Amino acid sequence: MANDDAIAVKEPRAPRESHARRWSGLGWGFIAKLLMMALVNALGLTIILSAWNAEAWSILAVSVILLVAADIIYFAKRTLPLKYLYPGLIFLAIFQLFTLAYTGYVAFTNYGTGHAGSQEQAVEATLIQNERRVEGTPTVPLAIVRDGDTLGFAVTQDGIVSVGTEEDVLEPVSGAVVDDSGRATEVPGWEIVTQNDLFADQALQQDVIDLRVPVSDDAEEGSMRTRDGSSGAIYQSSLEWDDEAQTFTDKETGTVYVADQETGNFVADDGSRLPTGWSVTVGFDNFVKAVTDQNLAGPLLKVTLWTFAFAILTVLTSFGLGLLFALIYNDDRIRGRKWMRTIFILPYAFPAFMSALLWRGMLNREFGIINDWFFFGADINWLGDPWLAKFAILWVNLWLSYPYWFLVCTGALQALPSETMEASRMDGAGRWRQFRSITLPLLMVSTAPLAISSFAFNFNNFTIIYMLTEGGPPFPGTSGLGSTDILISAIYNISGVSGGSADYGLASALSIIVFIVVGIISAIAFRQTRKLEEI
Amino acid sequence: MRKQIGMGAAVLATASLLAACSSDPEPAETASTEPTASTSEAPAIDASGQTLTIWTDAEREGAIQTVADTFQEETGATVEIVQKNFEDLRNDFIAQVPTGEGPDITVGAHDWAGALVEAGVVNTVDLGETADDFEQVAVDAFTYDGQLYGLPYATEAIALIQNADLVGDTAPTTWDEMISMAEEAGFEDRPFLLYTNGTTGDGYSSYPVQTSFGAPVFVQDESGSYTTEVGMGGEAGQAYAQFLYDNGQAGTGYFSDTIDYDTSNQLFADGEVPFLLQGPWMPFFDDDSMNIVVSPMVSAGGEDAAPFVGVQGFYVSSQSENTLLANQFLTNYMATEDAQRALYEADPRLPALTSLAEEFSADPITAGFVASAAQGVPMPSIPEMGNVWDLWNAAEIQIITGATDDPTGTWDAMVAELEASIG
Repeated sequence: MANDDAIAVKEPRAPRESHARRWSGLGWGFIAKLLMMALVNALGLTIILSAWNAEAWSILAVSVILLVAADIIYFAKRTLPLKYLYPGLIFLAIFQLFTLAYTGYVAFTNYGTGHAGSQEQAVEATLIQNERRVEGTPTVPLAIVRDGDTLGFAVTQDGIVSVGTEEDVLEPVSGAVVDDSGRATEVPGWEIVTQNDLFADQALQQDVIDLRVPVSDDAEEGSMRTRDGSSGAIYQSSLEWDDEAQTFTDKETGTVYVADQETGNFVADDGSRLPTGWSVTVGFDNFVKAVTDQNLAGPLLKVTLWTFAFAILTVLTSFGLGLLFALIYNDDRIRGRKWMRTIFILPYAFPAFMSALLWRGMLNREFGIINDWFFFGADINWLGDPWLAKFAILWVNLWLSYPYWFLVCTGALQALPSETMEASRMDGAGRWRQFRSITLPLLMVSTAPLAISSFAFNFNNFTIIYMLTEGGPPFPGTSGLGSTDILISAIYNISGVSGGSADYGLASALSIIVFIVVGIISAIAFRQTRKLEEI
Repeated sequence: MRKQIGMGAAVLATASLLAACSSDPEPAETASTEPTASTSEAPAIDASGQTLTIWTDAEREGAIQTVADTFQEETGATVEIVQKNFEDLRNDFIAQVPTGEGPDITVGAHDWAGALVEAGVVNTVDLGETADDFEQVAVDAFTYDGQLYGLPYATEAIALIQNADLVGDTAPTTWDEMISMAEEAGFEDRPFLLYTNGTTGDGYSSYPVQTSFGAPVFVQDESGSYTTEVGMGGEAGQAYAQFLYDNGQAGTGYFSDTIDYDTSNQLFADGEVPFLLQGPWMPFFDDDSMNIVVSPMVSAGGEDAAPFVGVQGFYVSSQSENTLLANQFLTNYMATEDAQRALYEADPRLPALTSLAEEFSADPITAGFVASAAQGVPMPSIPEMGNVWDLWNAAEIQIITGATDDPTGTWDAMVAELEASIG
C-alpha cells in the first residue's frame, strides 16, 4: 500500500541540503544555539580562570582544548556528526577513560598509607618528626626582628634579650625594651616585625616557620624556633638530610638511611627504615603480590571463586524464580493478577541496603525472627557460619532480585507472538514442549543480554555483602577478608577506606583485574547471545 | 589566654611610643603600661587576607564555628570550615594533604597518628606548659614516638552501665558481685551484655575484661609509649581466654556472638539486661526516664579493668601554608577553656581539659565515664595495631561461640600469628 503511494508521486524532490548547513538568516534555532554556546563558553572560561588561579596547569590545558574544540565544532559547517557526538565523547573521556587510566596508573605504584606523597614531602615530614624539643628547656617570649632581608629572633630569657639569625648564634644585646609579657619591643639595630606585619604576609610566615637560630656554636645544643610567632623553644634535630647523597644520617647513632627509589623508603643497611615513605612506581609488584603474598593469595583465590559462584547463582536463581512466577501469573485463569503482580514487585521497590539491614536483623542467631518463627527457636548461626552465611547472602539476594526478573519475563512473555504458540499447539506440542522449544528460546533473545548485565552487576554487588555480613565470618589469618567477601568488597577492605592501613596500589591492581574479568566475560557472553537471535 | 594576647598587643603599641633607651646592657628595660588600658578587645593579630581551612564532622561543626567566629573577629583571618563524614576524614586527609588540597587543621582521633605520621601529612604540635592543663592520658595518646602530634580536646572510654531500677544503684566491684546482683534480680540467663559487633567480635569492648587479667595488647614502656612487644600471650592471656570460654556458649552463656549495636541498645533499654559494658554514645542515655549508674568496669581477673581510651583532637597538616596561624588558632583559641566548653556543649564527650573534666564530673554519669577513663590506657596508635584487630576479634568470637574446644590453644595460636605478622 505504502509503495503504491510512493509511485504516485511524479516529481522526485530535490535532495535537501542538511539543515545544519543551511543558512536561512537568524532563525530561532540559531539564536538558541548562540545562547547555548554563550553559556558553554561562560562555563568553560570560569573553569579556565579558576584553573589559572589554582595553578592547575593540566586542567587548564585540557579545558582550553575542549572549549576551543566545542566552538569550532558548533560553529563550523563541516562537522555535523561531531555536533551530536561531542558532548558524549567528553563525558566518556572524563568519567570513563580518565578514571580508568588513573586507576591503571595507581595500580603500578605503591600509593598507600606509608607512601602518600612525593619524596620531597617525605623528607620534609621526616625532618618535622625528628626535630624534638630539647628536654627541660622553657618556652620563652620571642619577637621577630629584621635587618633588611635578614630575619632573626629576639628572645627574652631571665629578663635578658638575645638576638640571633640563621647564621649568627643568639647573643645578648643591650638597650632592648620588653613589654609585660617579656617580649622585646625594641632592639637597637633591628627592626621589630610586629605580629600584624607577620600575619599579613604569608611568605614571611613561612620564612619565620623555617628559621632556626642556633643557641650556641655547638650545634649539639640545638636551635631556637617558633611555632606561633610569639614564643620560642629550643629544638634539636636528630636526623640530618644530605640532598646530594640523598641520605638521612642519625646524629646519635650514625646510622645512614638511603633513599631507596625501588620501594619508596629511607632504608638503612640493617634493614630498618624511617616511617614516612613516598609513592614510587613499582611495576607489576601489586599484581604479583595479589597472587603470591602468603597472607593474601589464599583468601583472594577463595574470594574470587565465591564471587563467580555468587554472581552466577544469583542470576540463575533469581531468573528462574522470576520466570516461574511470570509464567504462573501470566495465565488468564488466575484472578486478581494485577494485585498479585504488584505485591510480587514490592521487594524490588525497597532500597536494597535497607532490605539487607532488615534481613541482617531477622537472621540474628538469637534474636532474629527467622530462627524464632521458622525453625522453632533453633540455634542456627546464619551469619556466623561460612556456608550458612553464603547461603543467607544468596537467599536475600534472590529475594531482592527475583522481582526484577518477574517484571522482565512478564513483559517478554506478553510480547511473544501468539501465532507461533497457536501453530505449535496445532502441531500437537504439549505444554512442556511448547515452553522448551518456543517460549524459552524466544524469551532468551530478549532476556539474555539482561542476564549478562545482571551478572556484571552482581559481580560487583557491594551493597548486599557490606550490609548483610560485611564480608564475614572472617578467614583465619591477617588478610582481613571473610567467607562472604566478593572481589569488590575485598578491594574495599584492602584500599583501607574502611580503616586500617591503606594500599591504593594493590586495590587498584585488583580493580583492574576485576574490570578485565567482567569485560571478557561480558564480551564472550554477548557473542553467545547473538546465536540465540538466529532462531 | 586570649585576653593576654590582647594585652600584649596593646602593650606593644604603647611601648613603641616610649623612647626608652638604656645604656646598661642588661637586663632589658620593661616598658611600663597601665594595665587598664589593655583590657579592650583590640585585635591581637591582624591576619586579614589569610585563610585557614579546617575539616570537621557535623557534630563538632557548630562548636568550631563559634571559636572560629571569635578568631575571625579578632584577627581578621578567614576561617573556612569544611564538613565531612568522620569516617572519611582520616583517608581524605592522607590523600589530600600531599596534593596541596588538604586543610590546615583537621579534627581526628588519636589512633590515626601512626598512619598520619607514616604518610608524612601531619605536623608536630607544641603545647608547652599548656600541656599540663590537659588530662595526662589525652596528651599521651596524641604522643607518637615521643612527639606530640595533636591538640586533644575530648576523651572517651567504655564503662560499666547498670540499670539501677533493676539491680539497685550500688556499683559492683568484682565480677562475681556483679553476677550475683543480677541473679538476685532474676537475670540468671543474661546478667551482663558484652558487645561483640555481632559475629565479627570486638576486642575493643572486651578489653577491660582482658586487661583485668593483666594481658595488654602491646606492652608499654616507662614513658607510656607502646612498644611492638605483644603482651597478651602467656598465662595471663590464657587465663582470659579460658574466662571467655567459660562464660561463652560452651559455658555459662553470658557472652554470645549475637550482640551488635542495635541489640545491645534494645536489650538494655527494655530492661532485659541489668549490666552493659558500653560507651557514652548509647542512645538510651537520652532517655531521662531510665535510672542509670555508670562506674568503671568490674575486675574479672584481679587487676584493674583498663578500657581503651580514645582521644579526639586536632591535627595540623605538614603541608599547611599557614602553620603559624594554625598554631595560633589551636594554642590560643582552641586550647582555651571557653572553646573546650563550647566543644563539650556541641558534642558531649569527656573533656580532655582537666578543669572541665572536673567541672562536668558533677554529673554522675559523666563522672562514671571519667573514672573509667582514668584507669584506662590510650588505644595504641602504632601501625602494628592494624594487624591486631582481625586476628584478635576472630579469636575472641571463636572462643565465645565455643567453635573451638581449646580456648588457650586458640589464643596462643592467635598470639603467635600476630607476632609473626608484626615480624
